[in-house]
Amino acid sequence: MFHPISKNMSVFNLTINGESKQVDVAPDTPMLWVLRDELDLVGTKYGCGVAMCGACTIHLDGNAVRSCQLPVSAVAGKPITTIEGLSENADHPVQKAWLEIDVPQCGYCQAGQIMNAVALLNENPNPSDEEIKNAMTGNICRCGTYIRIKQAIKKVAANS
Amino acid sequence: MKLVKTHYNRRSFLKVSTATGGGMLIGFSWLTRCTPPIKEGLAIPDEWFDINGYIKIGNTGMVTIFSPNPEIGQNVMTSMPMIVAEELDVPWEHVVVEQGALDEDAFKNPQFAGGSLSIKLGWDALRMAGATGRRMLLEAAAKEWNVAISDLSAKDGTITELNGDRSIGYGEIASKAVGLEVPEEVPLKEPKDYKLIGTFQKNVEGSKIVTGKPLFGLDFKREGMALAMIEHPPAFGMKVKDFNESEIKEMEGIEDAFIIDTTIEDPAWSDVNAFPQLIAIIGKSTWRLMKAKKALKVNWETVSELENSEMHTERLKWDLHKGEVGESRKDGDPDEAFAKAAKVIERSYTSPFMAHNTMEPMNFFANVTEDKAELIGPTQTPKAMEESVSKLLGIPVENITVDMTRIGGGFGRRLYVNFGVEAAAISKKLGRPVKLIYSREDDMTQGTYRPTYLSTYKAGLDEDNNLIAFSAKGVGLPEGSVFPNRFPAGAVENYTAEKIKSRTNISTGAWRAPRSHFTAGAEQSFLDEVAEAAGKDPIDFRLELFDRAKNNPVGEKYDYDAERYAGVLKLVKEKAGWGEDRPGIHRGVAAYFCHHSYVAQVFDMVMADGKPKVKKVWCAVDCGIVINYEGAINIIQGGVIDGIGHAMYSELKFENGSSVHKNFTTYQLIRHHQAPEEIEVFFVENDITPTGLGEPGLPPAVGALANALYKATGKRYYHQPFSTANQELINIEMG
Ligand code: FES
Ligand code: FES
Repeated sequence: MFHPISKNMSVFNLTINGESKQVDVAPDTPMLWVLRDELDLVGTKYGCGVAMCGACTIHLDGNAVRSCQLPVSAVAGKPITTIEGLSENADHPVQKAWLEIDVPQCGYCQAGQIMNAVALLNENPNPSDEEIKNAMTGNICRCGTYIRIKQAIKKVAANS
Repeated sequence: MKLVKTHYNRRSFLKVSTATGGGMLIGFSWLTRCTPPIKEGLAIPDEWFDINGYIKIGNTGMVTIFSPNPEIGQNVMTSMPMIVAEELDVPWEHVVVEQGALDEDAFKNPQFAGGSLSIKLGWDALRMAGATGRRMLLEAAAKEWNVAISDLSAKDGTITELNGDRSIGYGEIASKAVGLEVPEEVPLKEPKDYKLIGTFQKNVEGSKIVTGKPLFGLDFKREGMALAMIEHPPAFGMKVKDFNESEIKEMEGIEDAFIIDTTIEDPAWSDVNAFPQLIAIIGKSTWRLMKAKKALKVNWETVSELENSEMHTERLKWDLHKGEVGESRKDGDPDEAFAKAAKVIERSYTSPFMAHNTMEPMNFFANVTEDKAELIGPTQTPKAMEESVSKLLGIPVENITVDMTRIGGGFGRRLYVNFGVEAAAISKKLGRPVKLIYSREDDMTQGTYRPTYLSTYKAGLDEDNNLIAFSAKGVGLPEGSVFPNRFPAGAVENYTAEKIKSRTNISTGAWRAPRSHFTAGAEQSFLDEVAEAAGKDPIDFRLELFDRAKNNPVGEKYDYDAERYAGVLKLVKEKAGWGEDRPGIHRGVAAYFCHHSYVAQVFDMVMADGKPKVKKVWCAVDCGIVINYEGAINIIQGGVIDGIGHAMYSELKFENGSSVHKNFTTYQLIRHHQAPEEIEVFFVENDITPTGLGEPGLPPAVGALANALYKATGKRYYHQPFSTANQELINIEMG
């Protein structure tokens, strides 16, 4: 699956939000920048680049991962879902809950929060407060929307 | 109804009209292309009519309202258009909101996000825009039907003949309103008639946010645009000399690398910037640029002292006594009163430098040509940015446009314009459009930081535990945080307050609720200690002081309304059931007035596994008329969490002129598990002109937190960050 063009470039085949994509980038390029710079999928955000804020959270094979720490060469054909792939019209239950609770302030962290929450709820449809805190604690919200995030997650859990 | 001067005239309308139809619209195209405005039951108009700088009405009745001010998460993009829609009297469901570009002539309103001022300063202009629009639609219908305006009513997007059967939608008559003379006076609604103001409305950009649409500056893209990153000196007090330019330029994916100089002669307050000379690296991919930054070999030269945190502490202590006094106040004879007081309490409070750390790092797009500049991105002060770019590049402001994207947090950092100026300088040098991106490390190590502070408070009580003397002295790098005319000025017979200057070469600036965030924490925990020493309930103790300020004020003036201040304390007292015995709950209270709004808070703390934890926060707020309860509650909750977070965990230390903290690996921000479980917000209901909420929720949280911590742990908290700083009383004696 590698077709080296120059010593620093390779072609990678990716499956993103159900679509096949091909990119030609350095193998160590983090998925965050592949999504943002190469594929114009800018919903996934850059916050720290060192796995400390969660703004860049995507799903790799259904698991929440920090895309700033995931080199494109490590994706190895596994399917990726980004915030853009969650739903067509903001109607994923987690997005709906986010809108009903009116969670965002600036909104910058919210794609990462939502992707992390979706992965949590997929694994554990009815998390306790403690489980919510543990699962979400890697996602910083500088605006301090934590209480509403918790409310939104609990709302999805209650409806499930 | 009262008549109010519109400040519009025929000429200003024409100006508005041209701007709306021309320059401004170009800017909007990218920002609105993400989602077509879909409104249930309303078709997308094929014709739009410009009513004024704020309002565009489509032939189907859909109304576009331009929100004038930058949106940094304070939710003005919802609340400001709500005010326009209220006076225009159009159903909120018919409204789409777009971000307006910089055009203060058209908006008749200062377009900035600072000092929690958007709603306060915009209140008249926004109502006027709606009311004149409504009036012009009425006039158009009156002409059309050949009746008097007084025979018609305009509400909910429809004009109706009072004694007839005719009615017409705003969309159908809008074309006829275009070009009508703008009335010089218009009636405005009475607060009791509001239908939209004072309701709960969701964020107008909510669905774009939760679906990851390109809204933010960092998401902006233009065909043919280059990406740029910068490298600034590693320490305050250093300057770039040269670097391995040819090596960097040869790296794969790198197009160019050079040094830019953004020194502005005659800088404005918003030009704070310790590093006007920077290395710029240009390429097409952010990752390649980040790698090139790592490969830089730079010769830096030291041009001024390389400061460190120990030096800062010593300087604060020294200048508290020796520094130049700026603002001050004195009532009565404090020295004498302290000398004869039965009890004297003196305490010092400190707080370190802090970074803003907006989640979206600094960035800006610039497209500079020979004599024009187009700037797009996240700024709290578009006008200041336009002026600085004009000064640096010698391009007249008329030839500069600024469009605002949604902003991933401001907190004051984006009041300063260096990143936009840098983008413009890079674009000029390159001769093509460019988007400048800061890495988190760039963002954190090159800030306009919250200054570090030291304040000393002293209180004298007489035999009967009356507060007879009070002193507040504060120094900071570069300036202290004392507000001499704020509470308890006016409430204490013998009073002195001094704001003292010092110095540093570290760049500092406004940080959410500048100075108030620290002062509220220090003063409110000090008053708690004084109330305790006086054997009084902390709320009653404060209420007594407000009574004094109201009934028999000391001195000529003071900067607060004692009744409203007392009002929020009384409200929070009632709502929280203050004074009731609640086993296992340790309570702290604080109240603060800043940025024209009053907030009081009670913190309920519990001990869990031996650790203090905020369980619930009760907030009472008086900001006059509340525009949008949903947004108001959200921002107050955010302010409380922000206040707790920064008081508990955050600090920026310096070594050899460099910030020790470079990313969230060591710089701590509050996280999910550290946030309170619940924050309940109550508002004082009145008809007072509305004031802002972006900042006022934060300051009292620091005091209420410290006071609850004392109840929970038996220990007073004087030094931030509370979680790690040594809480011993510090010796501020010199020598
Ligand atoms: S950007 Fe990946 S965790 Fe912060
Ligand atoms: S909403 Fe602003 S960072 Fe979370």
